[in-house]
Amino acid sequence: MPEISYRQALKNAMIEELNRDENVVIIGEEVAEYNGAYKVTEGLLKQFGPKRIVDAPISEAGFIGMGIGASMLGIRPVMELMFWSFAYVAWDQIINNAASVRYMSGGKINVPIVIRGPANGGTGVGATHSHTPENFIANTPGLKVVCPSNPYDAKGLMKSAIRDNDPVYVMESTIMYNDVGEVPDEDYTVPLGKAKVTREGTDLSLIAHGPSVLVCLEAAEILKTEHDIDAEVVDLRSIRPLDEETIVNSVKKTSRAVLVEENKPFCGVDAQIAYLIQNQAFDYLDAPVQRISAIDAPAIYSPPLEKIQLPKANVVVKKVLEIC
Amino acid sequence: MTKTTAPKKSARPKPTKANLAKEAKTPANAKLTAEELIGFYREMVRIRRFEERSLRAYQQGKIAGFLHLYIGQESIAVGCVSLMEENDHVITAYRDHGHALAVGMSMDECMAELFGKATGCSKGKGGSMHYFDPSKNYWGGHGIVAGQTPLGAGLAYGLKYQEKKGCALCFLGDGAVNQGAFHESLNIASLWDLPVVYIIENNGYSMGTSQERSSVHPEAGIAVRADGYNMNWAKINGESLFDIREGVKKAMDLARDESKPSLLEIHTYRYQGHSIADANHKKYRSKEEIDDYRKNHDPIILYRDYLLESKLLDDDGIKEIDLAAKEEAEKSAAFAEQSEFPIEEDILKDVYWEEDNPDQKQSEGRIFFND
Ligand SMILES: Cc1ncc(C[n+]2csc(CCOP(=O)(O)OP(=O)(O)O)c2C)c(N)n1
Ligand SMILES: [Mg+2]
Repeated sequence: MPEISYRQALKNAMIEELNRDENVVIIGEEVAEYNGAYKVTEGLLKQFGPKRIVDAPISEAGFIGMGIGASMLGIRPVMELMFWSFAYVAWDQIINNAASVRYMSGGKINVPIVIRGPANGGTGVGATHSHTPENFIANTPGLKVVCPSNPYDAKGLMKSAIRDNDPVYVMESTIMYNDVGEVPDEDYTVPLGKAKVTREGTDLSLIAHGPSVLVCLEAAEILKTEHDIDAEVVDLRSIRPLDEETIVNSVKKTSRAVLVEENKPFCGVDAQIAYLIQNQAFDYLDAPVQRISAIDAPAIYSPPLEKIQLPKANVVVKKVLEIC
Repeated sequence: MTKTTAPKKSARPKPTKANLAKEAKTPANAKLTAEELIGFYREMVRIRRFEERSLRAYQQGKIAGFLHLYIGQESIAVGCVSLMEENDHVITAYRDHGHALAVGMSMDECMAELFGKATGCSKGKGGSMHYFDPSKNYWGGHGIVAGQTPLGAGLAYGLKYQEKKGCALCFLGDGAVNQGAFHESLNIASLWDLPVVYIIENNGYSMGTSQERSSVHPEAGIAVRADGYNMNWAKINGESLFDIREGVKKAMDLARDESKPSLLEIHTYRYQGHSIADANHKKYRSKEEIDDYRKNHDPIILYRDYLLESKLLDDDGIKEIDLAAKEEAEKSAAFAEQSEFPIEEDILKDVYWEEDNPDQKQSEGRIFFND
């Protein structure tokens, strides 16, 4: 199987869907002539021309709202947010319009839009540019949200997102764009709402999404080699819909769970996962469910402190040792 | 469906050539003392040398994230800030180093902020895009495009409410004019007669997008949009420090004396990429265009030549100023290097007033949620 980057995998998904469905269009700031601020759309303008690949002014509320409107007529816009942190200027469109139109019309209208872009900290861009809003989105009925953690999932989830008939928001990571992994050339999808056991283990479950999956894999390796603890790593992949079965089965098997995410703790995604585990696997638990989130403050700029603020493998290991 | 066409280099209208000797005689400039005139030069050179030094530090890996350099636009910050009085305030976007130094923030605290040190102007918490110093009437440093524009109206509202005679200078880029928040702010400022001066630093590009690819009516410019809000507007040639002072002074007087807002558009140019990470910046504009601005329209060179011609400074004087600025910048880098990073406990400070001032705590319950 060819090895390609996370960035390339996203691009391949878009190329395949642009070829498959003429209603797919890509719109965003700098996506066309500049080839994308993070080069995810590099070469697409050349390949598909300016009708399909469109540069927008810095008017997120305007062009995302426009995409939502167009999607009501069956266009399938894939909107790039240069950073998910810039979503807030378009929040009414993203949260209110996209999520509610289907419901308020009694199901007569649907909104097959995709909004994608990076949502991560850890790159020294400070509080305004380091948001991870997947929890806000998951909190909103009508919306779907996925967080691919590797190139294979990036392609498969992006294709599912584009084909989905509801709004699907894809959270990528600037830190993972260069990560390389095996990705088939052929057409495949990863279904929304299907988690993945990335590493099998018996002693506890590390449950994560997005870049935190990589943190957990690193921690699992340390736990194995230095502490003889066999951790299972569950990658949520999709936040809403959520694969409850895979999570619960893993915890029933291991009896211990540590949840790791880059979100802030209060009302983070893992608050819901923790509820799920105590509700459906209570009798299987040998220890309280533990959480590791970003330190509960706006993202600090100072590079060494920013590293401390975000989940790290050594912190995960420490937490695991408290309950194992 | 879309007017987007094949890639093309910018067709930016040429700036009009400055004539500083003539512009020096305009009302806002005619009474300037030699000391003041030389001071403006010193300030512009300080900004440029500071940023050149910060660029090196970035290349040495001392600075993380983005570094948006102001090089080429210095006349705007210096010209505008030179007109400020006690109750005038400044707020700007992420290209904020020039305005910070112009209001008198020190190179040391500015460089230390870039290095993420506790001695930085935001204690290492904000970084390049998020400088602040309210003691200098400097309200940031804002990373979200046009996010500062309602705040600018807010500073003006506060001044008016407190019946202070002053105004708010709110800077933004040519790309920022297409954000909804900006238009809402213009309407409110005009509707409520707020003493705010919006200053578009039109450097022709928002990242890799030329003005004509992002805004309608490029031939009339963008300040003309103020007509739709019944607001005063003007276009100003940014290569002339004197033109800037003359044009901005009128708008500031209108704000201070009649509590009326203005929208100004100052033609300028950035020499570097959008940020230092923008390695592509010679693709969306021609090398000839960059060279033309550097050689023929540089606000510092033009101003230096004016000082030389009018015998306010000689070559030695020029060199002295330059050397002092370089030394100051170099020292600031050493200061930043030697300063300490914040400590882990600092992450949870400066989030809530009450937590930092426990003697004034009024609420109960838990406020931070890590274990
Ligand atoms: C709401 C929002 N969208 C996008 C960005 C990313 N971005 C940062 S600066 C910039 C270009 C702004 O250009 P302009 O307003 O002309 O200012 P300049 O950089 O030229 O000073 C963009 C798109 C952002 N910071 N905020
Ligand atoms: Mg600009």
